[in-house]
Amino acid sequence: MTDTAAPAQPARALSLARIEGALPWIALGLVGLLLPLLDDSYIGVIAQRAYIYWILSAGLNLVVGYAGQIAIGWVSMLTLGAYTTAALTAGTATPAWHPYLALVAGGAVGALAGVIVGLPALRLRTFYFAMTTLGFATIVTQVALAWKDVTGGGVGTPGPVFPWPFDPGWGFYYFCFILAALATWMTANLASSRFGRALVAIRDSEVAAEASGVAKSRLLVAVFLFAGALGGVAGGLFASLQSYITPDAFTFEMSVLFFIAILIGGRGSILGPALGTIVLTVLPEFAAPLVQWSTFLYAAMLLAIVLLVPGGIADLLDYKNRRPLEQHREIVPRPELLGRVLGARVASSAITLENIALHFGGVRAIDGLDLEIKSGEVHGLIGPNGSGKTTTLNVISGYYRPNTGLLELDGADLPFDQPQARAGYRIARTFQTPRLVGSASVLENVKIGGTVDGEGSFTESILALPRHHRDEKQIKQAAMQALAAVGLESLANVRADRLQHSELRFVEIARALMLRPAFLLLDEPAAGLSAEEIRRLGALIVAISREGTGVLLVEHHADLIFDICDRVTVLNLGKVLAAGTPAEIRAHREVVSAYLGA
Amino acid sequence: MLESILSYGLAVGAVYALIGITYNVMFSASRVFSFTAGMLGMLGGVLGALFIAKMGMPAIVGFVLVLACGAVLGLVTEVLTVRPVLKSIEQHLYVLSTLAFALMVQQLTAVEWGTEAQPFPRLIPIGPGWLDQQFWLPMLACAVTIVGLELLYRKTLIGRAFLACAEDSYAARALGLPETQLRMASFALAGVIGTLAGFTGAEMLLAFFGNQSILNFYGFVPVALGGMGSNRGAVVGGLALGLFQQAANFLVGGIFAAVAVFVVFIIVLLLRPEGLAGASAARRV
Repeated sequence: MTDTAAPAQPARALSLARIEGALPWIALGLVGLLLPLLDDSYIGVIAQRAYIYWILSAGLNLVVGYAGQIAIGWVSMLTLGAYTTAALTAGTATPAWHPYLALVAGGAVGALAGVIVGLPALRLRTFYFAMTTLGFATIVTQVALAWKDVTGGGVGTPGPVFPWPFDPGWGFYYFCFILAALATWMTANLASSRFGRALVAIRDSEVAAEASGVAKSRLLVAVFLFAGALGGVAGGLFASLQSYITPDAFTFEMSVLFFIAILIGGRGSILGPALGTIVLTVLPEFAAPLVQWSTFLYAAMLLAIVLLVPGGIADLLDYKNRRPLEQHREIVPRPELLGRVLGARVASSAITLENIALHFGGVRAIDGLDLEIKSGEVHGLIGPNGSGKTTTLNVISGYYRPNTGLLELDGADLPFDQPQARAGYRIARTFQTPRLVGSASVLENVKIGGTVDGEGSFTESILALPRHHRDEKQIKQAAMQALAAVGLESLANVRADRLQHSELRFVEIARALMLRPAFLLLDEPAAGLSAEEIRRLGALIVAISREGTGVLLVEHHADLIFDICDRVTVLNLGKVLAAGTPAEIRAHREVVSAYLGA
Repeated sequence: MLESILSYGLAVGAVYALIGITYNVMFSASRVFSFTAGMLGMLGGVLGALFIAKMGMPAIVGFVLVLACGAVLGLVTEVLTVRPVLKSIEQHLYVLSTLAFALMVQQLTAVEWGTEAQPFPRLIPIGPGWLDQQFWLPMLACAVTIVGLELLYRKTLIGRAFLACAEDSYAARALGLPETQLRMASFALAGVIGTLAGFTGAEMLLAFFGNQSILNFYGFVPVALGGMGSNRGAVVGGLALGLFQQAANFLVGGIFAAVAVFVVFIIVLLLRPEGLAGASAARRV
């Protein structure tokens, strides 16, 4: 493969893939547009129900399929939207509203509820969030039953009737169709933006997402708002379609339907869940005798999917990623490209650790450590297992808060406990075990590193406004350059979980380079690499430091350390055993006896 | 009114506490929160009514049979929905697998038993007031369970083995403890406790398939309040929840009670995610 052809080919493949990816949507859109020609109102009603379910599922897909948050009670958004729209239109609680305004209000209430229900997901285990959504669904139904003045209690309340141009019949059909198309377009925009990638990173590799500067809480709140709003709007439409709503109409089983549609379709896909929703909406119509068993069958399907094909149908259909990869691949980094990748940066000069101490219970992981990492230097950190090397790295990158000590960047305090803030300081890192999103392509993984550099907002990405396109173009270009620099551009479109271990290490470095780091912290990057790969890695690291980046290298390969480091610090039992140039360390008697061996 | 708040509140609270303990017993053995806890509670009532009222069995036979069914369901839960996904516990697939299984059982109940709430037979004809079975039976069950569990965990070898597995399953396996068997035993025990909760609370809550989701949520609130894995915390949390709910029901009405419980739940989760009396932190990097 020649140098010039290499970057161009993935790009062409990508645009082909885009056309190929659009075909099913065009087909679905045509069917939807032309369906009224059949003039069959029974089919019309089923189609409207599928659109409405999809409007909710499209938002839920971002929460479940992309962010990986198990929202099992999202039907509550449908309930809230339906009752809000119905009650406001009927004027049972306030003076009567115009139906369209009431629908907007339904969306707003859904958005608000989405955030409230989602709050526990911001900092707690998955199960708590699942339980909150379940509890919320239970409580919304209880309130709908009890608040008779507004909801009509068990008797129910009439749904809103939308006036022209979307009046009942085919007018309303097109209303649902247009909104479903809009929901698809908006979620697709978001999914392909840096926010979508960040969501997937939160799902599969939260630690790496933080290190790349993904602000999890803010992002999730925005997604819950959006998904809640879509659920609320779907509820308003649902109330109108049903023409009369009772709490019985919003069973918890419906939640399961939405959920299964997404899981069947596959996590991290939009087409899959859309098809799943259509199939699950239409299926019961063909199996009338089975109606009372439908929820049982959905649940059985859910169990089967979870146990047998956790990746969903999208994984089964992902034929492209089953083509065999070239067998004997070589990673050939091109350090000469680093200048373009790293570009002009804010000049930092040093990270300083002063008297840092960190205890885990009775264990003194670090015990009074002084360390200085200077720009343009490779600083080696070595020592026996358990001497505190990785712990030191975790303190610098904000995962651990030391009990005492100072951590400064150019004389200003670096806040502890804020790993997601490190990216803003241009401090990047890699991990001992590569933390990548296995189901995403190598290119997508590297792009995650560029999250903090986008300028467009969440809303701009949903609406695909110009800044969104500019960000995406620029991030993609930078990612291709970073991949070329580490020598992996030919694998850009391959799923990351198909790569060899050594390749994953270089992907992580490429992702870290996306930050244009002032400081790069490498946690045993040579572990599992061949001798030749280690030599190339060494050359790459040296080249990165010569571009002005300060590198902290935690390693066990003494040869690599002594070959490329400008300075070396040796740790033992959390304390500095020795510090100096490689030559000094190699001659240090205690180091030789404690660690290097004769 | 005070008396009925107290009696009804403590009785419902005891049921919630028992469901909370059911969650805990399964969690301790496997680090898995299983949605089958509410299902077991629901089945305790339905199966009890089925065996005793419909099929005319003597109360004691029906009672033992219900608990046996609970134990079997616990085992099925472990084998079918927990063990296959334990390897990749960080993906939280157990949430879905246990939920799916619980829903299947619930739907089976809805179809075969019916979707109407049905009365549960009176077993011990004394009363009224505090002597009424529907009040003291759940409280007695709760007291017996918590004392029994304490004795099991502190005094017997097998109980200590449970604790060892809960504390550190790798180390327990390294010591030669049969982790899988202990986990199965825990799930069977949880099945017994869950159905016991449903059975004793059924005269109050009725034999109703819809109790499942209610018990799933209100049984989890005590766990969140008391801290994961803490049975004493679950009892205190459950009784407090029951009393609060009944007081709110009587004083300000059901809407407020439901909303208030949910709000308190969210706030506690956000402020004290480890529970009001617990501490846990995990290393991630």
